[in-house]
Amino acid sequence: MVGYLVFLAISTGIAALFSLGLNLQWGYTGLINFGHVAFMTVGAYTTVLLALKGVPLIIAVPLGAGLAALLGLLIGLSTLRLREDYLAIVTIGVSEVIRLIVLNEEWLTRGTFGVQGFPLPLATWSPNLLMRLMMIALLTLIAGLTFWRMWQWFSKQLQQGKREGGFPVGSLILGIASSLLGLAVYVAGVMALYDYTYKAGLMVLLLLVLTVIFWQMERLARSPWGRVLKAIREDEEVAKALGKNVFWYKLQSLMLGGAIAGIAGSFYAWQQTSVYPDDFIPLTTFEAWTIVVLGGAGNNVGTVLGAIIFWAYNTVTRFVLPALLPFDDARLGAFRVMVIGLLLMVLMVARPQGILGKKEELTLGR
Amino acid sequence: MAGNENKAASDLSFNEAPTVIEEDFEVAEDVAANESTLPADMPLTRSDTDIKNILIQVKDHKPALQTSSVPILAASGLCKSFGGLRAVDDAKLEVAQGSITGLIGPNGAGKTTFFNLLSNFIQSDRGRVIFDGEPIQHLQPHQIAQMGMVRTFQVARVLSRLSVMENMILGAQKQTGENFWNVWLQPKQVILEEKQQRERAIAILESVGLAHMAGAYAGALSGGQRKLLEMARALMTDPKLILLDEPAAGVNPTLINQICDRIVTWNREGMTFLIIEHNMDVIMSLCDRVWVLAEGRNLADGTPAEIQKNTQVLEAYLG
Repeated sequence: MVGYLVFLAISTGIAALFSLGLNLQWGYTGLINFGHVAFMTVGAYTTVLLALKGVPLIIAVPLGAGLAALLGLLIGLSTLRLREDYLAIVTIGVSEVIRLIVLNEEWLTRGTFGVQGFPLPLATWSPNLLMRLMMIALLTLIAGLTFWRMWQWFSKQLQQGKREGGFPVGSLILGIASSLLGLAVYVAGVMALYDYTYKAGLMVLLLLVLTVIFWQMERLARSPWGRVLKAIREDEEVAKALGKNVFWYKLQSLMLGGAIAGIAGSFYAWQQTSVYPDDFIPLTTFEAWTIVVLGGAGNNVGTVLGAIIFWAYNTVTRFVLPALLPFDDARLGAFRVMVIGLLLMVLMVARPQGILGKKEELTLGR
Repeated sequence: MAGNENKAASDLSFNEAPTVIEEDFEVAEDVAANESTLPADMPLTRSDTDIKNILIQVKDHKPALQTSSVPILAASGLCKSFGGLRAVDDAKLEVAQGSITGLIGPNGAGKTTFFNLLSNFIQSDRGRVIFDGEPIQHLQPHQIAQMGMVRTFQVARVLSRLSVMENMILGAQKQTGENFWNVWLQPKQVILEEKQQRERAIAILESVGLAHMAGAYAGALSGGQRKLLEMARALMTDPKLILLDEPAAGVNPTLINQICDRIVTWNREGMTFLIIEHNMDVIMSLCDRVWVLAEGRNLADGTPAEIQKNTQVLEAYLG
């Protein structure tokens, strides 16, 4: 149970990180990137291959992220002058090209055999009691920040509810559910850290990286730089008419989002302790799209929440559905994907702005 | 060859312009100080028939600017074809420093295309555009905006899901915080500038009567308010020349008054305008000089009075 909750926390963290990159590109800048997984592939493979050559991880990860950003630069330079729907086509093509390169260049990536046995962060480390307690303290700090942020959000919902004369039942349920989940993960994390395992260390590292990146993304979104991105999303002609170098800002957004996905790729490799070309199929990209749409585009909190809901759904259906339905594993898998598609459709009808999106934004004229 | 001509033109402007312009500014400031009560004198609601009188009144209050003979914007020989259609065909135009210049013409005359060629939103096939003494036809639209020539759109374009205030601050040029690294490297400077720009934006919003909407989504504004916001946003860029594409189109008479009033006030403070407009009352009462386009070619240019008497222009308009 503890092990599974830690696994869940890591998976959610990776999905959140990966989707934050997409949220920057699509939610803030309006770039339709259907090939987001390409950045993850580059990040994952660069990190593990360099690590195998003896490059320290602290250098290998930034290099992976940098290479992913470089890929963003290449895609951007060649396609950002196209209309936005063409960008979607080109990016999905690029992600498949990258996957096929990884599959076929066996001298570099070992193709279908995948890469295993690469160095992992904190794997051979056996911390003493003091270090373990410090890591627990760090986890507590992150959990505390999360709960505080959530409480802020909920009290805002409550105020808004009061003004409109209703009680935000949906928000309450959502808040309680994610609080309980968060609490369970926190307790499991503390237990796992006390009897230190590699996964527990990875979880703390990932949550730390996620917190820092989330915080910086929020900061960027509120900065003048983020304002230009949002202006481009709304109407790039206006941004141009006001003297903003639209092309350059789009490139920056694509590169930064790519770099974040690259870091997510490193963590993905470390979680799996092996990488195969088949891990990076386009489905991964669309999972990130589901998460961003679910939470509300252009909303970093929503993106993280979307990742939590996505993985909570995955888990619940994995354990609950087999008890309820007489299907075999393959059919059950397909059924779960069908249900998430259906849920997404229901959400789009009932709440087209996403869970945390602002309803009033949808009623605005162009 | 073309380079030499450009250089000659820029020399010319540097030789003659400065002294004259400074005088203009002093005159403008004096008058503005003396008559700053004008907008308050004007009632906010007027019937449709009164517009012309109000506009004449506005014009009467306007000091006769001795606009300098060196144009801030000079375009010549501009051509643009879309397939077989010659939208703009060897057209020229000059905008004098400190003036309000009008550009009129029947529907489909190529006025908006001409605007797009001036601001390089569409690349011209041929021709030269000189702004502030420098050729600009090879520059990107954003570079032209950075030089101080800012445009608005025929159908007002606001950034719907940003607040009115954010729309305004976006207009400010040379913001430290718009550089990615500076968000981290110079956070204090960014916050300071943000505060300054906010104050500037509020002042301009107050002058157009939108200050109470500063926190609202720009998409929640009415059509007329959007036109005002677009003009205010253009002013935020601290430009030398503002191109207005039909500022009065689809706007109710009360707001037309307000828009014209703003244009005149800002012009008095030294801002130069180039305006496309179909509302003849607005054009004739605001403009110092009017250029007429028909079927992509220059038909006439002159003072509003001359244009009103020009038989060719009348024919073009009435068919």
